Parts: sequence; C-alpha cells; structure tokens
Amino acid sequence: MIEVRFHGRGGQGAVTAAEILAKAAFEDGKYCQAFPFFGVERRGAPVMAFTRIDDKPIRRRYQVYKPDYVVVLDDGLLEVVDVFSGLKEGGKVIINTSNGVETSKGAEIHKVDATGIALDILGVPIVNTILLGAFAGVTNAVSIDAIIKIIKETFSGEIGEKNAKAAKLAYEAAKKG
Amino acid sequence: MVLKVMSANQAIAEAVKLANPNVIPVYPITPQTTISEYLAKFVADGDISAEYIRVESEHSAISAALGASGTGVRVFTATSSQGLALMHEIIFAAAGLRAPIVMADANRALSAPLSIWNDQQDSISERDSGWMQVYAENGQEALDSILIAYRVSEDHSVLLPSMVCIDGFILTHTVDPVDVPGKGDVDKFLPPYKPDHAYLDPKRPMSIGTFTDPNYYMEARHDMELALVGAKDVIAKANAEFAEIFGRTYDFIEKYRSDDADTIIVAMGSICSTIKDVVDEHRDNGEKVGLVRVRVFRPFPTKEIYEAIKGASNIGVLDKNISFSVGGVLHNEINAKMDVKANGFIVGLGGRDIKPTHISEIIEKTKNTTKTTQWIGLNKEEL
Repeated sequence: MIEVRFHGRGGQGAVTAAEILAKAAFEDGKYCQAFPFFGVERRGAPVMAFTRIDDKPIRRRYQVYKPDYVVVLDDGLLEVVDVFSGLKEGGKVIINTSNGVETSKGAEIHKVDATGIALDILGVPIVNTILLGAFAGVTNAVSIDAIIKIIKETFSGEIGEKNAKAAKLAYEAAKKG
Repeated sequence: MVLKVMSANQAIAEAVKLANPNVIPVYPITPQTTISEYLAKFVADGDISAEYIRVESEHSAISAALGASGTGVRVFTATSSQGLALMHEIIFAAAGLRAPIVMADANRALSAPLSIWNDQQDSISERDSGWMQVYAENGQEALDSILIAYRVSEDHSVLLPSMVCIDGFILTHTVDPVDVPGKGDVDKFLPPYKPDHAYLDPKRPMSIGTFTDPNYYMEARHDMELALVGAKDVIAKANAEFAEIFGRTYDFIEKYRSDDADTIIVAMGSICSTIKDVVDEHRDNGEKVGLVRVRVFRPFPTKEIYEAIKGASNIGVLDKNISFSVGGVLHNEINAKMDVKANGFIVGLGGRDIKPTHISEIIEKTKNTTKTTQWIGLNKEEL
C-alpha cells in the first residue's frame, strides 16, 4: 500500500489534490481512498489530506502517520507543521518552494517552483495540479495520463486544459530531475 | 457493476436521486453540507423532480419533512450534530405520527466544547425516539442503506422513519470506489410510495396529530413498539431481496472471523474497517480474535448479537458516545439484554483518531473481563 500525506492551507486545494490522485490511481486500475483533515474551517489554516493506493480494496480509515510520500503545497508550513513526521525510510517529499529548504531530516526532497509555473500558465498561484504532475514524475506511483484525465474531468474547459498543461510541465521537469 | 470514486455524502445523494423523493427540505451543516449541495444541483439540473425547500433551520427541515410526509409522499432530509439536536422535538413527533421519512445523519460530536468532528453521540441520543437506525461502514453501504431504509420505512406494517448514520469526515468526506446501481434495478426493489393509511388529502378531510387523552396514548406507543420490533422481519426480507437484485448482502450484524473467536470486539460504523485489518494481524499471530459489527441499532438485534458473541470468553464493546455515569450505550444495552460480561471502551469522541494500536490495546484489555468502562486514546498529559 502506498500512503501519501498532503500539507496545505485552507483554500489551496490540498483536499482536491488528494482526491484527484485517488481517482487517477483508480483510473490506473488500483484501489484508492482519499480524505481530508481540517484544522479549522477557514482559508489559510493548515490542512492535511491523505491518499491511499493499493492493489486490494482498502479498509483502514485512520489518518496516515507513516507516509511513503509527502506533498507540501506551501513552504511557509515548514515553520509551523512537522511535514516530515513519520516519513518512511526511503520516503520522498515534494515541496513547492522557490527558496532553499532545510533538508536536515535526511529525507529525499524534491523542490518544485509550482507557484512560478502556476503564475506563468494559470495566471493565479494555485499549485495543487502542478504538484500532482511532479508527484507522478518523482514517484511513478500514478501515471501522468491518468492525472491529466482526472484534472480535465475535475475542471472543465479552459481551466482544465491549462491545469493539465501545467501538470505535464511539472511532470517532465521532475522526470529530467 | 461500474465503480466510481466518490464520497459517502455523494453516494447518499446518488441514492436519494434513485429513490426519487417528492420533497427534500434540508438545512446545511458540516459535515452533511455536500449532501444538501449535491441534491440542490440534481434538482436544479432537472435530474430529479423533487421540491427542494431551503428552510431556515433544522427544526424547520424536519417539520417540513413531516408535513410533506403527512400528505403521503416520499421525503428525504439530512443533518448532523447540533442540527439533529435542534430537530429533537419533531424527531419524536415524526415517529409518533408514523411518517416514513428517511434521513441521513452525518455523525458529529455535540457541543460543548464545539467540535465539527466525528463521534456518534448525536444519533445515539435519539435512540428512544422510535426511528430505525442503521450505521454504515463505508460509502457503498451508505448508498445501499438509503434504498433499503425506504423499503422498510414505507412498508405498511412498519411506517416508522429511518436514520442512516455515516461517520462525519471519516465517511462523509472520504472518497473511495462505489457502485451506483441502475435506475431499473432500483425501481424493481423500491416501487413508488403508495400510502393507504392516514394522510392529508382535501378530497378526504381528516386530522392528524391530534390531542390524545390518557385513554389512547399508551396504545399509540404500544403500537410503535410492536411496529419497531416487527420491522425486523421486514428488514430481513428487504435485505434478502436487495441481495438478489444487487448482489450485496446486508444483515442486522456482520460477523468477521468471529465464529471461533475467543475474543470478540463489537462496534458500529466506519471504525469496523480498521478493526478488520487489526483482526487479520492478530489472526496472523495465531490469536482467535473476531469482530461483530452492529449495523442495525434500532430495532436492536438482541438475538443476533447474543448468538454471535455468547461463545467468546472476552468481549469488548466500542462506543463513540457516552451516557455519563453509565458508560457507552451499546456496551450497556448488550450487558443489560444478554447473559454476557462485556467490557466497555469509550473511543473516538470529537474526532479523536482511532489507530490500530488502540484496537490492539482494547483486545488486550478485554482479556480481563470486568464489565467496566475504560476510555481509550486519552492524552495522558491533558489529564
């Protein structure tokens, strides 16, 4: 079973990202589960969301404490939340940042300037779909084709196309390393 | 069967669409809100022809539901926590007036302290109202339980409302694969509601809900008791027919590796999924551990639970509720109604996450049978 934890702030789309990842994994023929954990219900408050992916139906319903992968939508959270908590040995962390990030925890960290890509392609700093593209490139836990299909199902029309393009760009960048 | 990835709230809304009620009065409340939103969209898009009433409170939602049901049409509403508490007065009236309303409750803690997170105190606190109550384990069961609930509630020998309870966030906001049945199959299982009892019709004037003097009140309550107990046969028949049409089998309880178990955990709702994983781990270590999941809580399946647990030396009952100074409600009902000595465990109040280590701790503590109540997962430093 693959367990993923997303860290974001209310309104950034961490919950939607976890759901798109689950649906994409299902599209790839896997079983899936995704759910949020809200702190308080307001924009800007730290939120977590979780995705589980497995070859068998998934029963367990507690929060993810030992993730294989962590995705951080906002590097400002590193100061308030221990995003590395419980990360499995060999686990990977994908962080949206344009700055240097502390890597003292020994985790394999992949930095993505998702905000830069978002401003460039979407015109707004919404990074969830871009990080999913990077996630597919870094982890191979889900196909980029499935991610793009579900992005287009989730966001219709031009918004869907632009998000798909941005996700693809982040995927290709991650593949190049 | 086509599986789609959706939340239990969406699964409930899909079930309601298939059941095609005439009137949907709802008031949004976390974590039920998306049920209201999906249904509003279905009505706006013309997917269902129901009258959607945007009421100003939950008291009005259930009042409108009762009024509509009183005209002899199918009705749906949904709520949670404080909303259900605000409905309390009319919850009892709906059962007493024998209105076959189906309502989803997104289980959430009651204030105070204010909490938006899951436990089952809200619906458990309505257990004496005369409503039937089902606790679903996952989104699929949530969907299926709505359809079965209409079949049972509208049966002329029952005519009592049903509450389908789903754990807040843990089910309401969790997406996983769900099969949405075809309309044709649902129509076979659930024909349109045809009232032949008391209902309001200008062509046939009558009063419903009148003042009752001491000569009649007890008989009305006695009839409710007979109807709720008798509903067990109707539920069994509906479950059998559901299995035949949809291929999914439901019962009053679900036994998971409990037949030869010497330690049995009894619980309700979504936590049972996690418990099944933990049971498997203990079985892999050669320990004879099993789960009995109580699915139908009202009418209370005394015989079914007793038959399932009586052979076990150690029984632990989990409650996401507390009747202060008495303990968990399911625990106390099992000890009161059955010749067993079950230990009680209060878990998961106000959204406290229940981890596999908690379940293993309970399995260990159950080996010392004392009928006492213990709280699991308390933060020791807060005490």
